[in-house]
Amino acid sequence: MKYVIIGNSIAAAGCIEGIRKIDNENEIIVISQEPYHIYSRPLISYWLSGKINEEKIYYRPWDYYEKYRVKPILGRKVERVDFDEKKLYLDNNDEIYYDKLLIATGGKPFIPNILGLAKKNVFTFIKFDDVKAIDKAICPGAKAVVVGGGLSGLKAAEALIKRGCEVTVIELAERILGSILDDEGAKLVQNELEKYGIKFVLKNSVIEILGEERVEKIKLQTQEEIPADLVIFSIGVVPNVDIFKDTPLKINRGIIVNTKMETNIPDVYAAGDVVEAFDLILGEKRVIPILPNAYIQGEVAGINMAGGDFEYEGSFPINSIGFFDIHMMTGGIVNPKEDCEVLKRLERDRKIYRKICLKDGRILGFIFINSFDRTGMIVDLMKNKVDVSGFKERLLLDNFGFLDLPKEVRREKIWRV
Amino acid sequence: MLVKTKKRIYPKEEVCIGCHLCEIYCVLAHSGTRDLIKAFKKKDRPSPRVIVEEKEGVHVTFALQCRHCDDPLCIKACITGAMHRDENTGAILCDEEKCVGCWSCILVCPYGAIRRGENKKVASKCDLCIEKGDPICVQNCPNSALELVEV
Repeated sequence: MKYVIIGNSIAAAGCIEGIRKIDNENEIIVISQEPYHIYSRPLISYWLSGKINEEKIYYRPWDYYEKYRVKPILGRKVERVDFDEKKLYLDNNDEIYYDKLLIATGGKPFIPNILGLAKKNVFTFIKFDDVKAIDKAICPGAKAVVVGGGLSGLKAAEALIKRGCEVTVIELAERILGSILDDEGAKLVQNELEKYGIKFVLKNSVIEILGEERVEKIKLQTQEEIPADLVIFSIGVVPNVDIFKDTPLKINRGIIVNTKMETNIPDVYAAGDVVEAFDLILGEKRVIPILPNAYIQGEVAGINMAGGDFEYEGSFPINSIGFFDIHMMTGGIVNPKEDCEVLKRLERDRKIYRKICLKDGRILGFIFINSFDRTGMIVDLMKNKVDVSGFKERLLLDNFGFLDLPKEVRREKIWRV
Repeated sequence: MLVKTKKRIYPKEEVCIGCHLCEIYCVLAHSGTRDLIKAFKKKDRPSPRVIVEEKEGVHVTFALQCRHCDDPLCIKACITGAMHRDENTGAILCDEEKCVGCWSCILVCPYGAIRRGENKKVASKCDLCIEKGDPICVQNCPNSALELVEV
Protein backbone atom coordinates (compact mmCIF):
# COMPACT_ATOMS: atom_id res chain seq x y z
CA MET A 1 0.00 0.00 0.00
CA LYS A 2 1.44 3.32 -1.06
CA TYR A 3 -0.08 6.62 0.07
CA VAL A 4 0.71 9.77 -1.89
CA ILE A 5 -0.24 13.32 -0.92
CA ILE A 6 0.02 16.28 -3.31
CA GLY A 7 0.53 19.28 -1.06
CA ASN A 8 2.42 19.84 2.17
CA SER A 9 0.31 22.09 4.31
CA ILE A 10 -2.40 21.69 6.94
CA ALA A 11 -4.63 19.18 5.07
CA ALA A 12 -1.52 17.07 4.38
CA ALA A 13 -0.69 17.03 8.10
CA GLY A 14 -4.26 16.03 8.93
CA CYS A 15 -4.03 13.22 6.38
CA ILE A 16 -0.66 11.96 7.63
CA GLU A 17 -1.92 11.96 11.21
CA GLY A 18 -5.21 10.36 10.15
CA ILE A 19 -3.44 7.54 8.28
CA ARG A 20 -1.16 6.90 11.27
CA LYS A 21 -4.14 6.46 13.56
CA ILE A 22 -4.74 3.21 11.71
CA ASP A 23 -1.71 2.24 9.65
CA ASN A 24 1.78 2.57 11.12
CA GLU A 25 3.47 0.53 8.43
CA ASN A 26 2.98 1.71 4.89
CA GLU A 27 4.92 4.55 3.32
CA ILE A 28 3.45 8.01 2.82
CA ILE A 29 4.91 10.24 0.11
CA VAL A 30 4.34 13.99 0.30
CA ILE A 31 5.04 16.10 -2.79
CA SER A 32 5.24 19.87 -2.65
CA GLN A 33 6.27 22.59 -5.04
CA GLU A 34 7.68 24.55 -2.14
CA PRO A 35 11.11 23.59 -0.77
CA TYR A 36 10.13 24.02 2.89
CA HIS A 37 9.48 21.70 5.79
CA ILE A 38 5.76 21.78 6.60
CA TYR A 39 4.94 25.35 7.68
CA SER A 40 1.89 27.34 8.63
CA ARG A 41 0.58 29.78 6.02
CA PRO A 42 -1.27 32.05 8.47
CA LEU A 43 2.08 32.70 10.15
CA ILE A 44 3.65 34.43 7.15
CA SER A 45 2.28 37.81 8.30
CA TYR A 46 3.68 37.20 11.79
CA TRP A 47 7.08 36.46 10.25
CA LEU A 48 6.94 39.57 8.06
CA SER A 49 6.01 41.80 11.00
CA GLY A 50 8.95 40.42 12.96
CA LYS A 51 6.81 38.80 15.66
CA ILE A 52 8.25 35.35 15.00
CA ASN A 53 11.52 34.09 13.55
CA GLU A 54 11.83 31.48 10.81
CA GLU A 55 12.10 28.60 13.27
CA LYS A 56 8.58 29.29 14.57
CA ILE A 57 6.87 29.30 11.18
CA TYR A 58 7.16 25.51 10.98
CA TYR A 59 3.95 23.73 11.88
CA ARG A 60 5.43 20.46 13.06
CA PRO A 61 8.80 19.54 14.66
CA TRP A 62 11.89 18.85 12.52
CA ASP A 63 11.70 15.10 13.07
CA TYR A 64 8.05 15.03 11.94
CA TYR A 65 8.52 13.27 8.58
CA GLU A 66 10.87 10.75 10.12
CA LYS A 67 8.60 10.03 13.05
CA TYR A 68 5.52 9.59 10.89
CA ARG A 69 7.48 7.65 8.28
CA VAL A 70 6.86 10.17 5.52
CA LYS A 71 9.06 10.59 2.48
CA PRO A 72 8.91 14.24 1.49
CA ILE A 73 9.65 15.24 -2.11
CA LEU A 74 10.04 19.00 -1.81
CA GLY A 75 10.56 21.65 -4.47
CA ARG A 76 8.99 19.44 -7.14
CA LYS A 77 5.88 20.14 -9.15
CA VAL A 78 3.37 17.49 -10.15
CA GLU A 79 2.89 18.11 -13.87
CA ARG A 80 0.03 15.70 -14.39
CA VAL A 81 -1.81 12.75 -12.91
CA ASP A 82 -2.81 9.68 -14.89
CA PHE A 83 -5.78 8.37 -12.92
CA ASP A 84 -6.07 5.20 -15.04
CA GLU A 85 -2.48 4.17 -14.49
CA LYS A 86 -2.47 5.62 -10.92
CA LYS A 87 0.67 7.55 -11.70
CA LEU A 88 1.98 11.05 -11.03
CA TYR A 89 4.46 12.71 -13.38
CA LEU A 90 6.83 15.24 -11.79
CA ASP A 91 8.64 18.18 -13.41
CA ASN A 92 11.93 16.23 -13.35
CA ASN A 93 10.28 13.39 -15.32
CA ASP A 94 10.06 11.12 -12.28
CA GLU A 95 7.00 8.88 -12.17
CA ILE A 96 5.35 8.02 -8.89
CA TYR A 97 2.80 5.26 -8.45
CA TYR A 98 0.05 5.49 -5.81
CA ASP A 99 -2.49 3.13 -4.29
CA LYS A 100 -4.32 5.93 -2.48
CA LEU A 101 -3.96 9.58 -3.43
CA LEU A 102 -4.86 12.76 -1.55
CA ILE A 103 -5.15 16.00 -3.51
CA ALA A 104 -4.38 18.82 -1.08
CA THR A 105 -3.18 21.49 -3.47
CA GLY A 106 -4.88 24.31 -1.56
CA GLY A 107 -5.75 27.66 -3.06
CA LYS A 108 -3.91 30.03 -5.34
CA PRO A 109 -4.17 33.79 -5.21
CA PHE A 110 -6.65 35.40 -7.54
CA ILE A 111 -5.08 38.22 -9.53
CA PRO A 112 -7.21 40.42 -11.78
CA ASN A 113 -6.01 40.73 -15.35
CA ILE A 114 -4.81 44.34 -15.40
CA LEU A 115 -2.02 46.21 -17.19
CA GLY A 116 1.47 46.30 -15.71
CA LEU A 117 1.39 43.14 -13.60
CA ALA A 118 4.83 42.04 -14.85
CA LYS A 119 6.63 44.94 -13.16
CA LYS A 120 8.99 44.41 -10.22
CA ASN A 121 7.59 44.65 -6.70
CA VAL A 122 4.17 43.22 -7.50
CA PHE A 123 3.46 40.50 -4.95
CA THR A 124 0.88 38.04 -3.72
CA PHE A 125 0.49 37.10 -0.05
CA ILE A 126 0.03 33.40 0.45
CA LYS A 127 3.40 31.64 0.61
CA PHE A 128 6.57 31.89 2.66
CA ASP A 129 8.45 32.93 -0.50
CA ASP A 130 5.98 35.81 -0.98
CA VAL A 131 6.87 37.39 2.36
CA LYS A 132 10.58 36.67 1.87
CA ALA A 133 10.40 38.67 -1.37
CA ILE A 134 8.35 41.45 0.26
CA ASP A 135 10.84 41.57 3.14
CA LYS A 136 13.65 42.33 0.66
CA ALA A 137 11.60 44.98 -1.14
CA ILE A 138 10.61 47.14 1.85
CA CYS A 139 12.32 49.72 3.99
CA PRO A 140 10.93 52.19 6.50
CA GLY A 141 8.92 54.83 4.67
CA ALA A 142 8.23 52.59 1.66
CA LYS A 143 4.82 53.20 0.13
CA ALA A 144 2.80 50.01 -0.03
CA VAL A 145 -0.55 49.44 -1.69
CA VAL A 146 -2.52 46.39 -0.59
CA VAL A 147 -5.28 45.36 -2.96
CA GLY A 148 -8.03 43.67 -0.98
CA GLY A 149 -9.36 44.50 2.48
CA GLY A 150 -10.09 40.94 3.56
CA LEU A 151 -8.45 38.81 6.24
CA SER A 152 -5.09 38.29 4.59
CA GLY A 153 -4.89 41.74 3.01
CA LEU A 154 -5.32 43.37 6.40
CA LYS A 155 -2.78 41.03 8.02
CA ALA A 156 -0.37 42.12 5.28
CA ALA A 157 -1.19 45.78 5.93
CA GLU A 158 -0.67 45.36 9.67
CA ALA A 159 2.72 43.68 9.16
CA LEU A 160 3.87 46.44 6.78
CA ILE A 161 2.85 49.18 9.24
CA LYS A 162 4.85 47.39 11.94
CA ARG A 163 7.82 47.45 9.55
CA GLY A 164 7.50 51.20 9.12
CA CYS A 165 5.87 51.34 5.68
CA GLU A 166 3.11 53.69 4.61
CA VAL A 167 0.12 51.55 3.73
CA THR A 168 -2.99 52.14 1.61
CA VAL A 169 -5.61 49.41 1.32
CA ILE A 170 -7.83 49.38 -1.78
CA GLU A 171 -11.13 47.54 -1.38
CA LEU A 172 -13.82 47.06 -3.98
CA ALA A 173 -16.69 46.61 -1.52
CA GLU A 174 -18.09 49.38 0.62
CA ARG A 175 -16.62 47.92 3.80
CA ILE A 176 -13.51 46.03 4.86
CA LEU A 177 -13.70 42.37 5.94
CA GLY A 178 -16.91 42.10 3.94
CA SER A 179 -17.18 38.34 4.28
CA ILE A 180 -16.95 38.19 8.08
CA LEU A 181 -18.30 41.51 9.41
CA ASP A 182 -21.32 43.77 8.98
CA ASP A 183 -21.21 47.56 8.45
CA GLU A 184 -21.18 48.32 12.16
CA GLY A 185 -18.33 45.93 12.93
CA ALA A 186 -16.31 46.93 9.87
CA LYS A 187 -16.52 50.61 10.82
CA LEU A 188 -15.29 49.86 14.31
CA VAL A 189 -12.32 47.86 13.03
CA GLN A 190 -11.50 50.35 10.26
CA ASN A 191 -11.39 53.23 12.77
CA GLU A 192 -8.89 51.30 14.86
CA LEU A 193 -6.70 50.45 11.87
CA GLU A 194 -6.75 54.08 10.75
CA LYS A 195 -5.39 55.08 14.16
CA TYR A 196 -2.32 52.99 13.37
CA GLY A 197 -1.85 54.78 10.06
CA ILE A 198 -3.48 52.48 7.51
CA LYS A 199 -5.30 54.46 4.82
CA PHE A 200 -8.37 53.01 3.15
CA VAL A 201 -9.82 53.55 -0.31
CA LEU A 202 -13.21 51.79 -0.47
CA LYS A 203 -15.53 51.12 -3.41
CA ASN A 204 -12.61 51.33 -5.78
CA SER A 205 -10.19 49.06 -7.62
CA VAL A 206 -6.80 49.09 -9.31
CA ILE A 207 -6.97 49.16 -13.12
CA GLU A 208 -3.30 49.62 -13.98
CA ILE A 209 0.16 49.41 -12.49
CA LEU A 210 2.38 52.24 -13.72
CA GLY A 211 6.16 52.59 -13.78
CA GLU A 212 9.27 51.73 -15.76
CA GLU A 213 10.68 48.40 -14.63
CA ARG A 214 9.23 48.50 -11.17
CA VAL A 215 6.03 49.81 -9.63
CA GLU A 216 5.92 53.59 -9.28
CA LYS A 217 2.21 54.31 -9.18
CA ILE A 218 -1.12 52.56 -9.36
CA LYS A 219 -4.12 53.83 -11.24
CA LEU A 220 -7.60 53.47 -9.76
CA GLN A 221 -10.94 52.93 -11.45
CA THR A 222 -11.69 56.56 -10.61
CA GLN A 223 -8.57 57.53 -12.66
CA GLU A 224 -6.84 58.71 -9.48
CA GLU A 225 -3.16 57.74 -9.16
CA ILE A 226 -1.43 56.68 -5.96
CA PRO A 227 2.38 56.54 -5.64
CA ALA A 228 3.58 53.06 -4.70
CA ASP A 229 6.91 51.27 -4.17
CA LEU A 230 5.19 47.91 -3.95
CA VAL A 231 1.77 46.38 -4.55
CA ILE A 232 0.38 43.31 -2.82
CA PHE A 233 -2.60 41.51 -4.34
CA SER A 234 -4.68 39.88 -1.67
CA ILE A 235 -8.14 39.72 -3.18
CA GLY A 236 -8.86 36.10 -2.44
CA VAL A 237 -7.91 32.54 -3.24
CA VAL A 238 -9.34 30.13 -5.76
CA PRO A 239 -8.98 26.34 -5.63
CA ASN A 240 -5.70 25.26 -7.19
CA VAL A 241 -6.93 22.73 -9.75
CA ASP A 242 -4.95 23.68 -12.88
CA ILE A 243 -3.25 20.30 -13.33
CA PHE A 244 -6.60 18.51 -13.24
CA LYS A 245 -8.23 20.40 -16.09
CA ASP A 246 -9.10 17.96 -18.90
CA THR A 247 -9.11 14.96 -16.54
CA PRO A 248 -12.19 13.02 -15.43
CA LEU A 249 -11.90 14.53 -11.93
CA LYS A 250 -15.19 16.28 -11.10
CA ILE A 251 -14.65 19.93 -10.26
CA ASN A 252 -17.19 22.64 -9.68
CA ARG A 253 -15.56 25.71 -8.09
CA GLY A 254 -13.53 23.30 -6.00
CA ILE A 255 -13.06 19.54 -6.25
CA ILE A 256 -16.30 17.74 -5.43
CA VAL A 257 -16.07 15.21 -2.58
CA ASN A 258 -18.47 13.08 -0.56
CA THR A 259 -18.57 12.83 3.25
CA LYS A 260 -15.60 10.44 3.19
CA MET A 261 -13.60 13.04 1.24
CA GLU A 262 -13.61 10.73 -1.80
CA THR A 263 -13.63 12.30 -5.25
CA ASN A 264 -15.46 10.73 -8.19
CA ILE A 265 -12.32 8.73 -9.02
CA PRO A 266 -11.69 5.53 -7.04
CA ASP A 267 -8.83 5.77 -4.47
CA VAL A 268 -8.52 9.53 -5.01
CA TYR A 269 -9.39 11.82 -2.11
CA ALA A 270 -9.24 15.59 -1.71
CA ALA A 271 -9.18 17.94 1.30
CA GLY A 272 -8.59 21.53 2.35
CA ASP A 273 -8.91 24.79 0.41
CA VAL A 274 -9.15 22.90 -2.89
CA VAL A 275 -12.48 21.18 -2.15
CA GLU A 276 -16.14 22.00 -1.87
CA ALA A 277 -17.45 20.58 1.36
CA PHE A 278 -20.76 20.73 3.15
CA ASP A 279 -21.76 24.00 4.86
CA LEU A 280 -23.87 23.06 7.88
CA ILE A 281 -25.60 26.43 8.12
CA LEU A 282 -26.32 27.01 4.43
CA GLY A 283 -27.03 23.35 3.81
CA GLU A 284 -25.06 23.28 0.56
CA LYS A 285 -21.59 22.47 -0.69
CA ARG A 286 -19.04 25.25 -1.04
CA VAL A 287 -15.38 26.08 -0.57
CA ILE A 288 -14.71 27.05 3.06
CA PRO A 289 -11.01 27.85 3.10
CA ILE A 290 -10.24 27.95 6.81
CA LEU A 291 -7.42 26.17 8.58
CA PRO A 292 -9.34 23.92 11.03
CA ASN A 293 -11.41 22.63 8.08
CA ALA A 294 -8.30 21.72 6.14
CA TYR A 295 -6.94 19.70 9.06
CA ILE A 296 -10.22 17.95 9.83
CA GLN A 297 -10.92 17.09 6.18
CA GLY A 298 -7.36 15.84 5.74
CA GLU A 299 -7.72 13.68 8.82
CA VAL A 300 -11.04 12.21 7.65
CA ALA A 301 -9.46 11.45 4.25
CA GLY A 302 -6.42 9.84 5.91
CA ILE A 303 -8.51 7.58 8.16
CA ASN A 304 -10.55 6.41 5.16
CA MET A 305 -7.48 5.98 2.94
CA ALA A 306 -6.03 3.66 5.57
CA GLY A 307 -9.16 1.51 5.56
CA GLY A 308 -11.06 3.17 8.38
CA ASP A 309 -14.62 4.36 8.11
CA PHE A 310 -15.15 7.97 9.07
CA GLU A 311 -17.42 10.73 7.81
CA TYR A 312 -16.91 14.47 7.64
CA GLU A 313 -19.81 16.15 9.35
CA GLY A 314 -19.53 19.45 7.51
CA SER A 315 -18.73 22.86 8.95
CA PHE A 316 -19.28 26.57 8.46
CA PRO A 317 -16.85 29.49 8.22
CA ILE A 318 -15.38 30.57 11.55
CA ASN A 319 -12.56 33.03 12.06
CA SER A 320 -10.42 34.38 14.87
CA ILE A 321 -8.35 37.34 13.78
CA GLY A 322 -6.82 40.42 15.32
CA PHE A 323 -4.96 43.54 14.28
CA PHE A 324 -2.86 45.57 16.72
CA ASP A 325 -5.01 45.49 19.86
CA ILE A 326 -8.42 44.77 18.38
CA HIS A 327 -9.47 41.14 18.09
CA MET A 328 -12.57 39.55 16.64
CA MET A 329 -14.22 36.18 16.26
CA THR A 330 -16.94 35.59 13.70
CA GLY A 331 -18.86 32.62 12.35
CA GLY A 332 -21.65 31.51 10.07
CA ILE A 333 -24.01 34.02 8.48
CA VAL A 334 -23.48 37.55 9.80
CA ASN A 335 -25.43 39.56 7.21
CA PRO A 336 -28.63 37.57 6.92
CA LYS A 337 -30.72 38.30 3.85
CA GLU A 338 -33.82 36.44 4.95
CA ASP A 339 -35.92 37.59 7.86
CA CYS A 340 -34.26 36.44 11.01
CA GLU A 341 -33.81 37.71 14.51
CA VAL A 342 -30.76 39.86 15.20
CA LEU A 343 -29.49 40.63 18.69
CA LYS A 344 -26.84 43.30 19.12
CA ARG A 345 -24.78 44.93 21.82
CA LEU A 346 -22.49 47.78 20.89
CA GLU A 347 -20.29 49.66 23.36
CA ARG A 348 -18.51 52.20 21.20
CA ASP A 349 -16.32 53.61 23.97
CA ARG A 350 -15.00 50.16 24.91
CA LYS A 351 -14.93 49.10 21.24
CA ILE A 352 -17.00 46.06 22.06
CA TYR A 353 -19.54 44.62 19.64
CA ARG A 354 -21.54 41.43 19.93
CA LYS A 355 -24.06 40.37 17.33
CA ILE A 356 -26.03 37.14 17.11
CA CYS A 357 -28.26 36.11 14.19
CA LEU A 358 -31.01 33.61 15.00
CA LYS A 359 -33.60 31.69 13.04
CA ASP A 360 -36.17 29.36 14.62
CA GLY A 361 -34.24 29.56 17.87
CA ARG A 362 -30.99 28.36 16.26
CA ILE A 363 -27.85 30.45 15.95
CA LEU A 364 -27.05 31.24 12.30
CA GLY A 365 -24.00 33.37 12.92
CA PHE A 366 -22.19 35.75 15.23
CA ILE A 367 -19.75 38.66 15.38
CA PHE A 368 -17.78 39.24 18.56
CA ILE A 369 -15.32 42.13 18.64
CA ASN A 370 -13.11 42.59 21.71
CA SER A 371 -15.41 40.28 23.67
CA PHE A 372 -14.80 36.70 22.68
CA ASP A 373 -13.89 34.57 25.70
CA ARG A 374 -15.38 31.07 25.40
CA THR A 375 -16.67 31.64 21.86
CA GLY A 376 -16.18 27.92 21.20
CA MET A 377 -19.25 27.24 23.32
CA ILE A 378 -21.34 29.34 20.92
CA VAL A 379 -19.82 27.56 17.90
CA ASP A 380 -20.73 24.26 19.57
CA LEU A 381 -24.36 25.39 20.05
CA MET A 382 -24.44 26.32 16.35
CA LYS A 383 -22.96 23.03 15.24
CA ASN A 384 -25.44 21.03 17.28
CA LYS A 385 -28.36 23.27 16.25
CA VAL A 386 -29.35 23.78 19.89
CA ASP A 387 -32.51 25.80 20.48
CA VAL A 388 -31.28 28.88 22.36
CA SER A 389 -34.55 30.83 22.51
CA GLY A 390 -34.79 30.28 26.28
CA PHE A 391 -31.51 32.09 26.99
CA LYS A 392 -30.76 34.04 23.80
CA GLU A 393 -30.23 37.42 25.52
CA ARG A 394 -27.41 35.89 27.52
CA LEU A 395 -25.44 35.16 24.37
CA LEU A 396 -24.60 38.87 24.31
CA LEU A 397 -22.87 38.78 27.70
CA ASP A 398 -19.09 39.10 27.92
CA ASN A 399 -19.03 36.31 30.48
CA PHE A 400 -21.41 33.87 28.79
CA GLY A 401 -20.80 30.45 30.30
CA PHE A 402 -22.26 27.09 31.24
CA LEU A 403 -24.46 28.58 33.95
CA ASP A 404 -26.37 30.39 31.21
CA LEU A 405 -27.42 27.05 29.76
CA PRO A 406 -30.30 24.93 31.08
CA LYS A 407 -29.07 22.38 33.62
CA GLU A 408 -29.66 19.31 31.45
CA VAL A 409 -27.86 20.86 28.45
CA ARG A 410 -24.96 21.85 30.68
CA ARG A 411 -24.65 18.43 32.31
CA GLU A 412 -24.90 16.59 29.02
CA LYS A 413 -22.11 18.74 27.58
CA ILE A 414 -19.67 18.54 30.47
CA TRP A 415 -20.14 14.82 31.02
CA ARG A 416 -20.28 13.85 27.35
CA VAL A 417 -16.58 13.02 27.09
CA MET B 1 0.21 6.19 17.12
CA LEU B 2 -3.07 6.58 18.92
CA VAL B 3 -2.61 8.14 22.36
CA LYS B 4 -5.61 9.21 24.41
CA THR B 5 -5.81 10.95 27.72
CA LYS B 6 -5.73 8.64 30.70
CA LYS B 7 -7.26 11.05 33.22
CA ARG B 8 -10.11 13.50 33.25
CA ILE B 9 -11.44 15.78 36.00
CA TYR B 10 -15.18 15.99 36.51
CA PRO B 11 -16.96 18.64 38.57
CA LYS B 12 -19.77 17.98 41.05
CA GLU B 13 -21.94 21.06 41.11
CA GLU B 14 -24.03 19.72 44.03
CA VAL B 15 -21.14 20.04 46.46
CA CYS B 16 -19.06 22.91 45.02
CA ILE B 17 -19.25 25.93 47.32
CA GLY B 18 -17.52 28.38 44.98
CA CYS B 19 -14.58 28.98 47.32
CA HIS B 20 -12.09 29.35 44.43
CA LEU B 21 -9.42 27.37 46.29
CA CYS B 22 -8.90 25.31 43.10
CA GLU B 23 -7.96 28.50 41.27
CA ILE B 24 -5.64 29.61 44.04
CA TYR B 25 -3.80 26.29 44.12
CA CYS B 26 -3.70 26.19 40.33
CA VAL B 27 -1.92 29.55 40.31
CA LEU B 28 0.49 28.22 42.93
CA ALA B 29 1.18 25.04 40.94
CA HIS B 30 2.12 27.03 37.85
CA SER B 31 4.01 29.86 39.54
CA GLY B 32 7.35 28.14 39.91
CA THR B 33 7.33 28.55 43.68
CA ARG B 34 5.89 26.46 46.50
CA ASP B 35 5.09 29.44 48.62
CA LEU B 36 1.54 30.74 48.31
CA ILE B 37 2.45 34.27 49.42
CA LYS B 38 5.37 34.48 46.97
CA ALA B 39 3.23 33.11 44.17
CA PHE B 40 0.58 35.79 44.64
CA LYS B 41 3.08 38.60 45.10
CA LYS B 42 4.57 37.87 41.70
CA LYS B 43 4.10 40.70 39.23
CA ASP B 44 2.96 38.51 36.37
CA ARG B 45 1.63 35.53 38.20
CA PRO B 46 0.05 32.85 36.02
CA SER B 47 -3.68 32.97 35.51
CA PRO B 48 -5.66 30.03 36.91
CA ARG B 49 -6.18 27.24 34.39
CA VAL B 50 -9.36 26.09 36.04
CA ILE B 51 -12.49 28.19 35.58
CA VAL B 52 -14.92 28.58 38.45
CA GLU B 53 -18.36 29.12 36.97
CA GLU B 54 -20.58 31.40 39.01
CA LYS B 55 -23.33 33.85 38.14
CA GLU B 56 -25.11 36.45 40.15
CA GLY B 57 -28.54 35.21 41.15
CA VAL B 58 -27.66 31.59 40.37
CA HIS B 59 -27.02 29.33 43.34
CA VAL B 60 -24.96 26.81 41.45
CA THR B 61 -21.18 26.94 41.13
CA PHE B 62 -18.69 24.48 39.76
CA ALA B 63 -15.13 24.38 38.50
CA LEU B 64 -14.23 23.41 34.97
CA GLN B 65 -10.96 22.68 33.26
CA CYS B 66 -9.83 21.30 29.91
CA ARG B 67 -11.52 17.96 29.14
CA HIS B 68 -8.39 16.66 27.37
CA CYS B 69 -10.70 15.43 24.60
CA ASP B 70 -10.05 12.23 22.70
CA ASP B 71 -10.69 14.18 19.51
CA PRO B 72 -9.43 17.66 20.38
CA LEU B 73 -10.59 20.53 18.17
CA CYS B 74 -8.02 22.90 19.70
CA ILE B 75 -5.16 20.88 18.22
CA LYS B 76 -6.82 20.80 14.80
CA ALA B 77 -7.48 24.55 14.81
CA CYS B 78 -4.08 25.61 16.17
CA ILE B 79 -2.20 27.55 13.48
CA THR B 80 1.27 27.10 14.97
CA GLY B 81 1.40 23.51 16.18
CA ALA B 82 1.72 24.78 19.76
CA MET B 83 -1.30 22.81 20.92
CA HIS B 84 -0.25 19.17 21.12
CA ARG B 85 -0.83 15.93 22.96
CA ASP B 86 1.76 14.71 25.43
CA GLU B 87 2.86 11.31 24.18
CA ASN B 88 3.19 9.74 27.58
CA THR B 89 0.18 10.99 29.50
CA GLY B 90 -2.15 11.85 26.64
CA ALA B 91 -2.77 15.28 28.22
CA ILE B 92 -3.23 18.18 25.81
CA LEU B 93 -0.64 20.88 26.33
CA CYS B 94 0.11 24.28 24.85
CA ASP B 95 3.74 25.00 24.01
CA GLU B 96 3.85 28.62 25.14
CA GLU B 97 7.05 29.22 23.17
CA LYS B 98 5.26 28.44 19.92
CA CYS B 99 1.86 30.01 20.64
CA VAL B 100 1.29 33.41 18.98
CA GLY B 101 -2.02 34.22 20.67
CA CYS B 102 -4.28 33.93 17.60
CA TRP B 103 -6.97 32.41 19.87
CA SER B 104 -8.16 29.87 17.29
CA CYS B 105 -8.28 27.33 20.14
CA ILE B 106 -10.69 29.58 22.07
CA LEU B 107 -12.81 29.83 18.91
CA VAL B 108 -13.30 26.06 18.75
CA CYS B 109 -13.16 24.72 22.33
CA PRO B 110 -16.74 23.58 23.06
CA TYR B 111 -16.10 23.87 26.80
CA GLY B 112 -14.70 27.36 26.85
CA ALA B 113 -11.87 25.80 28.83
CA ILE B 114 -9.01 27.73 27.23
CA ARG B 115 -8.21 31.24 28.35
CA ARG B 116 -5.99 34.05 27.30
CA GLY B 117 -3.17 33.67 29.78
CA GLU B 118 -1.40 36.31 31.81
CA ASN B 119 -0.76 39.49 29.79
CA LYS B 120 -3.09 38.04 27.16
CA LYS B 121 -0.13 36.82 25.13
CA VAL B 122 -0.51 33.06 24.93
CA ALA B 123 -3.23 30.49 25.47
CA SER B 124 -3.47 29.04 28.94
CA LYS B 125 -5.13 25.77 29.85
CA CYS B 126 -5.12 22.91 32.35
CA ASP B 127 -2.14 20.59 31.94
CA LEU B 128 -3.36 18.06 34.54
CA CYS B 129 -0.26 19.07 36.52
CA ILE B 130 1.57 16.33 34.65
CA GLU B 131 4.93 17.47 35.93
CA LYS B 132 3.78 17.31 39.51
CA GLY B 133 1.76 14.12 39.72
CA ASP B 134 -1.90 14.56 40.52
CA PRO B 135 -3.83 17.72 39.66
CA ILE B 136 -3.41 20.15 42.52
CA CYS B 137 -6.97 21.50 42.18
CA VAL B 138 -8.41 18.06 42.90
CA GLN B 139 -6.10 17.55 45.88
CA ASN B 140 -7.01 20.88 47.43
CA CYS B 141 -10.76 21.04 46.97
CA PRO B 142 -12.14 21.11 50.53
CA ASN B 143 -15.42 19.51 49.48
CA SER B 144 -14.21 16.90 47.01
CA ALA B 145 -16.18 18.69 44.33
CA LEU B 146 -13.57 17.75 41.75
CA GLU B 147 -13.15 14.12 40.89
CA LEU B 148 -10.19 12.68 39.01
CA VAL B 149 -11.39 9.82 36.84
CA GLU B 150 -9.08 7.33 35.14
CA VAL B 151 -10.41 6.81 31.63
